[in-house]
Amino acid sequence: MTVPRIRFTFWKAIFLFIMAAGVYCTFLRFFRGLGASTNLSDQFPWGLWIGFDVMCGVMLAAGGFTLTAAVEIFNIKRFHSIVRPTILTAFLGYLLVCAALMYDLGLPWNIWHPLVMRNPHSVMFEVAWCVMLYTTVLALEFSPIVLEHFQLKRALKIVRSVMVVFVILGVLLSTLHQSSLGTLYLIMPNKLHPFWWSPLLPVFFFVSAIAVGLAMTIFESSMSSKYFGRELELPILRDLGRVLVVVLALYGILRFEDLYHRGVLNLVLVSSYQQRFFLLEIFLSVAAPLGLLLIPKVRESAQGLYLAAVLTLLGFVTNRLNVTITGVENAGAHYTPKWTEVVITAMFVALGFAIFGLVARYLPIFPEEKVHIPALSEPEARFAEVVVPVHAGD
Amino acid sequence: MSKGILYDATQCIGCKQCEQACATENGLPYDDLIADQQITSAHKYTAILIKDDKFMRKLCMNCDDPACASVCPVGAMKKTALGPVTYDKGRCMGCRYCMAACPFGVPKYEWEKAVPGVRKCIMCSKRVAQGKQTACAEICPTGATKFGDREQLLEEAKKRIHDNPGKYLPHIFGETEVGGTSVMLLSSVPFNLFGFRTDLTERALPMYTYQVLSRIPDFVPLFGTMLGGIYWITHRREDVAEAEAQENEQKGGER
Repeated sequence: MTVPRIRFTFWKAIFLFIMAAGVYCTFLRFFRGLGASTNLSDQFPWGLWIGFDVMCGVMLAAGGFTLTAAVEIFNIKRFHSIVRPTILTAFLGYLLVCAALMYDLGLPWNIWHPLVMRNPHSVMFEVAWCVMLYTTVLALEFSPIVLEHFQLKRALKIVRSVMVVFVILGVLLSTLHQSSLGTLYLIMPNKLHPFWWSPLLPVFFFVSAIAVGLAMTIFESSMSSKYFGRELELPILRDLGRVLVVVLALYGILRFEDLYHRGVLNLVLVSSYQQRFFLLEIFLSVAAPLGLLLIPKVRESAQGLYLAAVLTLLGFVTNRLNVTITGVENAGAHYTPKWTEVVITAMFVALGFAIFGLVARYLPIFPEEKVHIPALSEPEARFAEVVVPVHAGD
Repeated sequence: MSKGILYDATQCIGCKQCEQACATENGLPYDDLIADQQITSAHKYTAILIKDDKFMRKLCMNCDDPACASVCPVGAMKKTALGPVTYDKGRCMGCRYCMAACPFGVPKYEWEKAVPGVRKCIMCSKRVAQGKQTACAEICPTGATKFGDREQLLEEAKKRIHDNPGKYLPHIFGETEVGGTSVMLLSSVPFNLFGFRTDLTERALPMYTYQVLSRIPDFVPLFGTMLGGIYWITHRREDVAEAEAQENEQKGGER
C-alpha cells in the first residue's frame, strides 16, 4: 500500500502547489493589475489567457456539441454511452473559459455590458452572447445528471421533454461560437501572418472544432478507462477514429487549397520563425494523426487511437496559439507569457481535471453496468484520488 | 461635414508644441523626458518622430470606418459624424479587441492600473464639437498640422503634391488606407521609414468581419430548421420501427 500512497501524495502535492500559486497570482492580477501580472503590452494586447484559456478552452469543449449532435440529432445510438462525459467536459470547459475571461478582461465587473450595450457589428459581441447562451444551454443539458442523482423524477421528466430544443440550440450556438472565434481575426488582414489569416478562418475554426471534439472524446474515454476503471468502449472509439480521419483529411485539403489560392504556398518552403511553427502545427494536427489513423492496425488499437487523439489535440492547440500569438508576432512585437500567466493557466487546467474527477465520482456520468471495480485497485487508479481530496481521508 | 487633420511633414520643424498642447488639452503629464519619447503611449497621444532631418507625426488616424469602433462589443469606441473616434470608459469592459484590431497600433492600455482604460487621441472631440480646431492644429506655428474639412484638406494635399513636383512622395497617407482616415499625412520620404505600414488594404476593415456577421441572422433559422429536420427524420424511422414491432407482436398474440 505504500507505493500508491506516495504516488497519491505526490500528485496531491502538485495539485495543491498549483492551487496555492494560483491564489497568489490571482491576488497579483486583481490588486496589482494586468501590467504586474502579465507580459502583455500595447503591441501585444492578447496573450496566453486569450490564446490558451479562451481559444483552446472553447475548442477543447467541442466534444459536447459534436457528440450530442451525433447522438441526439443524427440518432447514432451506439455513441450514447459516451455523451455524458463530453457534456461534462463542455460544461466545465465553458465555466473555466468564463472564469479565465474574468482574469483577462481589464474591467471584469463590466462583463455584463454586452447584454445591454449592443454593437451587432462586433464579433466580440457575438462571442459574448454565444458564451452566455451556450453555457446556460450546457447547464440545462447537464441538469438531468444532477436530477437523476437526487431522484427528482418530476423535474427530470420536464427537462427531458424539452431536451431536444436545448440540443438543437446547443449545436447551433456551438457552430456560431466555434467559428466566431476565427471570425475575430478576420479584421486583422495586415497584422496576422498569411499562414493563418484567411477569409476562411471561421470555417477552419469550426471544422477543427469537430476534429478536436472527436479527439477529445477518444482522449477522455481512454483516460476514464485508465483512471476510473471503466471498460474501454473500443468499438465506439474506432468509429470515432474513422470519422476523425475524414474530418482531418477535409481540414487538411481545405487548408492546402486556401494557401494555394491565396498564393502563399511558396512561403511554406522559406525558412522563417512563423514557418517552423506552421510546419509543427500541420505535422501535429494533420500529417501525424492522419498518417497514424490510416494504418488499420493503429486505427484498431486503443493505444494507436489514444496517440492519434493526443497528437490532434496538441496540433490544434498549436494552431490556436499560432493564430493568437505566433501569427501576430509577424507585426514585429514579441511575447512570452509571464510566469504568473502560466500559473493561472495551469490552475485552470488542474481545476478542470480535478472537477471532472469529482463529478465523475459522485454523479452518474458513466452508465452503471460498465464500471468494473477491480481496476480501481491498480496503482494507476490512485490518480482518481488526486482529484478527489474528500476521498483522502478513507 | 466631416473634419480632418492634414499633417505636412515638409513644413514641420519638430518643435513638439503639438505634443505639449495635446498633453495640456488631455490633462497628461509633459516634461523633457516625455518629449524625448518618440512613441505614443497611454500618457502620450501624439508624438513627433525624427529620422535625421525628417519629421513625421504619430497620432490616431481617426479612420472613416474604424476597426476599433466596429469590433467594440459594447460600443465604447464610436466614430462621430464630425470625424473624431471617441472612447467611453464607462462602457468599456477591457477586452482590448480595439487594440488587437487597430491597423495602426494606436489604442494604448493603462496596464499598471487596477481599473484600466484605453487611451488614445480622440481628435479633441469636445473642441471640434464646439466648432474649434484641435489643440495640436491650433498651436502649430508653421501650419504643418492643419485642421479643416476633410474633403477640402484632401484637395489641398493633392494640390500641394501637384504644384511642387519632387518635393513630396505622390502618396497621401490616409486618403485610401483602410478605407480612408480623418487624419492625412504628407511626406517627402517613404512612410515606412517611420514605421508606418505601406501595404495596408484600401478596404474598410470592418467589411471583413461584417460580411460574415451579416449572414448570421439568415443562417440561424436555416441551420436550426435543418437540425430540427434531421432530428425529425432520424427519429421518425425509429418510431415507425417501434410501431411495426408492436403491430407484429399484437398479430403474433392474436394467433
